[in-house]
Amino acid sequence: MANKLLDKVEIPQDRYEMRFSGSGGQGMILATVMLAEAIGATDDRNVVQSQSYGPEARGGASKSDVVISANEIFYPKAMQLDFLLVMTQESMDKYYSDLKEGGILVVDTTLVTDIPTDNYYGLPFTRLAREEAGHIMVANVIALAAIAEITGIISKDALTAAVLKRAPKGTEEKNKKAIEIGFAEAAKLKKQKGS
Amino acid sequence: MAKKERVLVLGNQACVEGAIYAGMRFYAGYPITPSTEVAEGCARELPKIGGRFIQMEDEIGSIAAVIGASVAGLKSMTATSGPGYSLMVENIGYAYMTETPCVIVNVQRGGPSTGLPTKVSQSDTMQAQWGPHGDYTAITVAPSTILETVTETIRAFNLAERFRTPVTVLLDEVMGHSRQIISLPEPGEIEIFNRVKPTVSPEEYLPFEITENYVTPMPAYGEGYRYVITGLTHDQKGFTTNKPEEIAPKLHKLRHKIIDYKDEITKLRAEMMDDAEIAFISYGSVSRAALQATDIARKVGVKVGCLQLQTIWPFPDKEIAEICGGCRKVIVGELNMGQIVNYVRSALPGDIEVVPLQRYDGEILTPMQLIEKLEEVL
Repeated sequence: MANKLLDKVEIPQDRYEMRFSGSGGQGMILATVMLAEAIGATDDRNVVQSQSYGPEARGGASKSDVVISANEIFYPKAMQLDFLLVMTQESMDKYYSDLKEGGILVVDTTLVTDIPTDNYYGLPFTRLAREEAGHIMVANVIALAAIAEITGIISKDALTAAVLKRAPKGTEEKNKKAIEIGFAEAAKLKKQKGS
Repeated sequence: MAKKERVLVLGNQACVEGAIYAGMRFYAGYPITPSTEVAEGCARELPKIGGRFIQMEDEIGSIAAVIGASVAGLKSMTATSGPGYSLMVENIGYAYMTETPCVIVNVQRGGPSTGLPTKVSQSDTMQAQWGPHGDYTAITVAPSTILETVTETIRAFNLAERFRTPVTVLLDEVMGHSRQIISLPEPGEIEIFNRVKPTVSPEEYLPFEITENYVTPMPAYGEGYRYVITGLTHDQKGFTTNKPEEIAPKLHKLRHKIIDYKDEITKLRAEMMDDAEIAFISYGSVSRAALQATDIARKVGVKVGCLQLQTIWPFPDKEIAEICGGCRKVIVGELNMGQIVNYVRSALPGDIEVVPLQRYDGEILTPMQLIEKLEEVL
């Protein structure tokens, strides 16, 4: 009798559940807001975004979940991740087990070195931001663009519009560059992986 | 009809949208996580529509300013979290006694004391009714989605104006800090209630007259009606009284203006309750987990339903008994150590088992935890 019901039930397949995780200040929450707004502006899918962070302004674990569905979204947080972005080793260690089998893992290889699987997309978002885009601040946008390329969840145009809407004044060019870098690097990576 | 615009709205901002829709033109507050975005939204939006935003020196001053602005005729609101609500409690009691309409938003975090600034909790549920001392009947509404946060905030203002009383909107950290793509209500789509003004002359006006429905028409200060307002127990003219024959009617008025019209206040959302043998009873963010759990369990044939309390106070005992009358068991899910579970217990006949499910570690109950509990009691 033990766990009979729990064995039978299934997490609804009509939910696409994504988590962006890192440390406070890396812009994980803002990245998910941009993604949710991009989807809301372009099509009829339902989107819920939620967040969890510590009392610190910077540092400490920070994660943000996005749930996307054609149907009404009841529970606002992820139950079994279809997608996970990790920007720190701490979030890798903490959330990898929430990713379902066959789920997509994207890793910032600048900061995460110990990865418990070979099946992931790794790009050095933080290094690319610092060295290629001109500011470490846009690492989240590079990651977001790469995610769009890898998952096909949102078009480049819609993403660009959503990013520019939320980007602070004076950072538009850096953000546009970040989007270019993210899409290009992810496309290269996909080619290498033969997908 | 043109398709409605879809916007991504933060829970706390949804509260601002609802308040402005309802006619709020004054906000005074002191920022506190996880409610700060309500103050930010009001600071941004109110000046655009001729309203006033004041950041006060603390929460005590905030609620005092809100009461004053309401007496002066503006629909007024403040938002805070547990620690701030505790500071406001004395003046909230003053608002009950002086029958001043206003809306107080509590975006709950963990407590007691400064507790957990960024973590979810529902441990101020009883405080919303029993915060201030004395006999009075509180009204508290609790939305569970972002759109409901808009509509329940509107309802809170309508109830405050209708009953001349403070109304608490009980949110929690998950509600305040999650976003959802929604379409905001169009102007005219939702009815707005404005306080009834006196029709008699200032000379004939009794500021605390015990009317047929106990609610006294309320002029704005400065409109020519001069009267006394005091937190001391007062007669119908507003003057302090020690006479037993005036004290009891005043307290009777405070209670019965609300309890006799409970049908206008009570609101519940029942999902899949018609043939339910077991029901989840919850409010706020937990209702979203409960609805998810119900949906999941129904797919494998479990006859379970979900009852969300959109009005928590006055407690909807009669309606819970009606809706859950056919159930064998109910599971009451809360993010606290059990604040409504005994109210549910006393609302239901003894042969319906009431099972508590409580989480108080700063995290929200998950659908799987609800299903685990369901499994236990099947």
